[in-house]
Amino acid sequence: MFGTFDSPDQRNLLDRTGQGIIGKGLDRPEAGLKVTGRATYAAEYRPENCADGVLVTATVAQGKILQIESEKIEALPGVLGIFTDKLMLRRPAQGTAGRAPAQDPRQIEYHGQPLALVVAETFEQAMHAAKALCITYERHHDVPYDPETAPSEPAEKPIILGDLDEAMANAAHKVDATYETAGHASAAMEPHASIASWQGDDLTIWGSFQMISHNVKELADALRIAPKRVRILSPYVGGGFGSKLGISHDAVAAALAAKALGRPVRVVLTRQQVFTTIMRRSETRQRLRLAADGDGRLTGLGHEAWVSNLPQESFAEPVTQATQFLYGGENRKLCVNIARISRLTAGSVRAPGEAVGMQALEAAMDELAERAGLDPIELRKRNLPSSEPGKDRPYSSRMLAEALDQGAAAFGWHERQPKPCMTREGEWWIGLGVASAARVNMLMPAAARVRLEPDGSLLVQSDQTDIGTGSYAILGQIAGEMLGVPIERVRVELGDSELPSGAGSGGSFGASSTGSAVFRACEAIRDRLAHRLGARSDRLDLRNGIASSGERSAPVAELLRGYALEEIGRIKPGKTQIDYAQASYGAFFCEVAVNAFTAETRIRRLLGVFGFGRVLNQKTARSQCLGGMVWGIGSALSEELSFDLRDGRLMNHDLEQYHLPVHADIPDLDVILLEERDTAASPLQAKGVGELGICGTAGAIANAVYNACGVRAYSFPITPDRLIDRLPEPLT
Amino acid sequence: MRPFEYRRATKPSDISAADRIIAGGTNILDLMKLEVEVPAQIIDINPLGMTEISEIDGGLRIGAMVRNTDCAADARVRRDYPLLARAILAGASPQLRNRATTGGNLCQRTRCSYFMQPEARCNKRDPGTGCDALHGVNRSHAIFGASENCIATYPGDMAVALLALGASVEILGRTGTRSVPIGDFHRLPEHQPAKDNLLEPGELISSVTLPPAMGGAQIYRKVRDRSSFAFALVSVAAAITIADGRIRHAALAFGSVAHKPWQDPAVETALVGQEPSLKLFAQAADLLVGKAKAQSGNAFKIPLLRRALIAVLSEATNTEA
Amino acid sequence: MSCNPPAKFTVNGMARTYTGDPRRSLLDFLRDDLGLCGTKKGCDHGQCGACTVIVDGRRINSCLTLAIMQHGSEITTIEGLGEPDHLSALQRAFIKHDGFQCGYCTPGQICSATAMLEELAQGWPSHVSADLQHIKLSDDELRERMSGNLCRCGAYSNIIAAIREITEATP
Repeated sequence: MFGTFDSPDQRNLLDRTGQGIIGKGLDRPEAGLKVTGRATYAAEYRPENCADGVLVTATVAQGKILQIESEKIEALPGVLGIFTDKLMLRRPAQGTAGRAPAQDPRQIEYHGQPLALVVAETFEQAMHAAKALCITYERHHDVPYDPETAPSEPAEKPIILGDLDEAMANAAHKVDATYETAGHASAAMEPHASIASWQGDDLTIWGSFQMISHNVKELADALRIAPKRVRILSPYVGGGFGSKLGISHDAVAAALAAKALGRPVRVVLTRQQVFTTIMRRSETRQRLRLAADGDGRLTGLGHEAWVSNLPQESFAEPVTQATQFLYGGENRKLCVNIARISRLTAGSVRAPGEAVGMQALEAAMDELAERAGLDPIELRKRNLPSSEPGKDRPYSSRMLAEALDQGAAAFGWHERQPKPCMTREGEWWIGLGVASAARVNMLMPAAARVRLEPDGSLLVQSDQTDIGTGSYAILGQIAGEMLGVPIERVRVELGDSELPSGAGSGGSFGASSTGSAVFRACEAIRDRLAHRLGARSDRLDLRNGIASSGERSAPVAELLRGYALEEIGRIKPGKTQIDYAQASYGAFFCEVAVNAFTAETRIRRLLGVFGFGRVLNQKTARSQCLGGMVWGIGSALSEELSFDLRDGRLMNHDLEQYHLPVHADIPDLDVILLEERDTAASPLQAKGVGELGICGTAGAIANAVYNACGVRAYSFPITPDRLIDRLPEPLT
Repeated sequence: MRPFEYRRATKPSDISAADRIIAGGTNILDLMKLEVEVPAQIIDINPLGMTEISEIDGGLRIGAMVRNTDCAADARVRRDYPLLARAILAGASPQLRNRATTGGNLCQRTRCSYFMQPEARCNKRDPGTGCDALHGVNRSHAIFGASENCIATYPGDMAVALLALGASVEILGRTGTRSVPIGDFHRLPEHQPAKDNLLEPGELISSVTLPPAMGGAQIYRKVRDRSSFAFALVSVAAAITIADGRIRHAALAFGSVAHKPWQDPAVETALVGQEPSLKLFAQAADLLVGKAKAQSGNAFKIPLLRRALIAVLSEATNTEA
Repeated sequence: MSCNPPAKFTVNGMARTYTGDPRRSLLDFLRDDLGLCGTKKGCDHGQCGACTVIVDGRRINSCLTLAIMQHGSEITTIEGLGEPDHLSALQRAFIKHDGFQCGYCTPGQICSATAMLEELAQGWPSHVSADLQHIKLSDDELRERMSGNLCRCGAYSNIIAAIREITEATP
């Protein structure tokens, strides 16, 4: 009961419970706090006597600190101290690291690296003192900054099956194209922030984190203290998207300064520092080779990617992750190569791998469809393997073909002109495009406590975070559904490291993993209630506080006899993760307009159709899909980290110059959620959805751009400069 | 932000040469937070009024403290100078336009990333240190009128429209008032990129005056990386009148292509008296961009400006491709 | 003309006086001095809209103005628009349409939209208004007018749905 998930759970228990709230689009329970500004985020706890700290960052790329001229700054009004402790972090921790990332900021690895913390009585004093701090450096020369020219090596063993070169040589139709995608920033709206407060040897951190149980270990390791001494509180997190998976420098610096000063210290990264010191998604170069026979069936599939990171960082953007299982082709070459350069850390940014890999793969598939004379939907459907290529394991569930078909019908795909440059409205070329969506599914270790109170109300507790994903809503719905408690009587507490360890928010696994832990805790409570009722638990019906089984029936409060029932549910990934290829799937349909004069691209319509197992909350799941699609639009059209190749300096390190989509970029987006149960994915029959919406969107947009104006995009984002030279002359 | 002394002006003569003026604050506070601007004395001119739009000599006089929002919403501006309303509405966000003022907007500084990062070399921010943009990331930089000392652009929209509309700027100094054509207000960088415009220390813009409305078609076209809330890659302001099938008057100005709103009288001359045609527009656009010089990373601006101008002229004259 | 004169103004109807460091932004004053943390700091440079408050009836970025400059102003923050058990119609619509995810940009979106509805009522034009004289309400108008408020979670469609519901309810 409390162990690994080794075989599919085909009971589909949540289809047989009677409360009727699972899957419903219920409002988020914390919504009232959020819309009134009463939800409290990391920087907003003000313990008494709290000082403000501001980080100082490197203005050279590689080297070491020779001297920090502290005296002058320490004399400034309000300044309490300058900290350059060697336990401070050079860079943030990668997701699930569980230990401290590189420490000792005196060794400089990249431009913008945190070096020191200046603490003062007020934010303004600290901010100015941090800017005024004079540091002299010894600079290292001959540092590689450009991923294009730096040497690269395979990040892991390439997947090579058969002979791709031969397949390409013999192909009836083929594509051999190289795509480039720009680096991306997570740019969560809430900047990273920590408030550290010590009570003796015990540390409390109010912070903005995605994976609390890992973050506790990372912080304890960095500070050289026992994990039990660290308490983290993150009840509300203003977005993460990967950037808050691991701890970052704000938390460690705040803790060290608070210890030294004997008073609480708050450290909030400036927006610029969030850009220059947290995580970037690596830029990628991707060579796609597709070989197909006369019927458009893939005989060969090559996906080779080049990415970058700092030396010593193990993370390499897993660009080919979905290519492994999505389409057939017996001759394959898949690999990711990594160049070591001096730029801020590369790490997880929403849907690492698929977000950029799918966009190139799906653009290449569109080109192949054109060459094979097939509708792009038909090409994809012809190439869905019956089992995962190279592994011969079955797919757990896969509603890709259904997504393509339902989407085509809903979108009016049949109205698409098969050739480009056929539709013009005034200054605008109009075109349609399609792409598949795919994102691997993961189950992660998770625990949660469920407590059925003597009055029949419910309390669900986990250190699981809600970063906007809907954890508060869905965990309550699962528990209420399982135990027959109306949602108004369910309370969910999250984001406190003293609660059982949830999976955390990352990799789209939070809901299904921590939700499964809640499910299992509820199962245990159901067993006990069934026993008290004198019934078999698989015949137990719980709804609106009444337990019944056949003839027997009793109010749950009565069965509780004045005492609460409490269980901790646990789940760990098991054999199902090995025995089945698990992924969430979908399809994107897009209509764009490309200005014939100025090459500006605007989205007119975008539809996403998604199958990701059981939908736990229609409303929050749909919102996750919408959010991913907006990210896809940003990735396709505007988002691009821009580096100075002379020193690796990030040039567009703010929200003015790094172009997130704004309201005006986003038309009404449509989402269709498919009814699906994936029994191998989790006891909830649910899979991940948080990242699916971005996995392929930009491919659909690029394909629509081609259909509109006849220009294939090989470099993303598709800003006007990337199209203008190849657009048809508008005057003819 | 460096510590500073703050005063509220009660009359224009309160302003001294040592003061930095704050009006809407949307640009200067941004730069002060970055310590790109480090004034020791700030004088707040919000109490000075200058918030009227009045009719004068058949034109309009817009007080320096008229907020961008109010200027764009003014019935007379909307009716007679739609180009100005359009340009203002294409800029920034509603929140910023609610605060930004007419005078302050003219004094808006460049968005060059090297200018805005105090540790980079920048002759505009720290004269004599060099220009890191010259061989750096310069996608948004100038294609006209740059010097080896500075390739930054004036990033605003409103001033581009004002240039096409033939506005003038009234400047109040300790010794009196002077009026300069807006085309002379902003400078090219030459050897003194630190100086954006003609304002001397202690001087204040009191108003902007528009000549009588010329009617005709007025169009502001802003090309940018996203649909809203972004600076222009290039912009085109055009006021065109047609009589007897020929272009009678053409006033054009171009934004985000030079250290000042750009104008090329030769292009206008080439259009005036001619029958509108795509061929004519292409010739005019070629004439304009023939003098452009790209930086290492912004060659695209040349065809983009060319095509944007053709699009604007076509729209202004109802000439179809 | 004194140096660093006190600023007297109101916040959500309550009289306040600011006499501190002239560098303090209105945003930091609201958050740190008054504890009104509903107004969020997302960028501190007027680039995201999370700090939007309503001053004298108009939405502005509270990060790009100083507390000391507020003399004579009437300031309304998200805390002044509604409470969890007394929500404004717009706040209710945001909940119904799930016009947020992480919630961090949300107070700014709601303050911004609240003031925007007033701007629409005044007939102010926008960049997308086809006719500067006669403003026709459309989703494009709403989107353009809300473009000063970024949402990284990507709740844009839902935010517009929430605002649309309010505009449709008020003739």
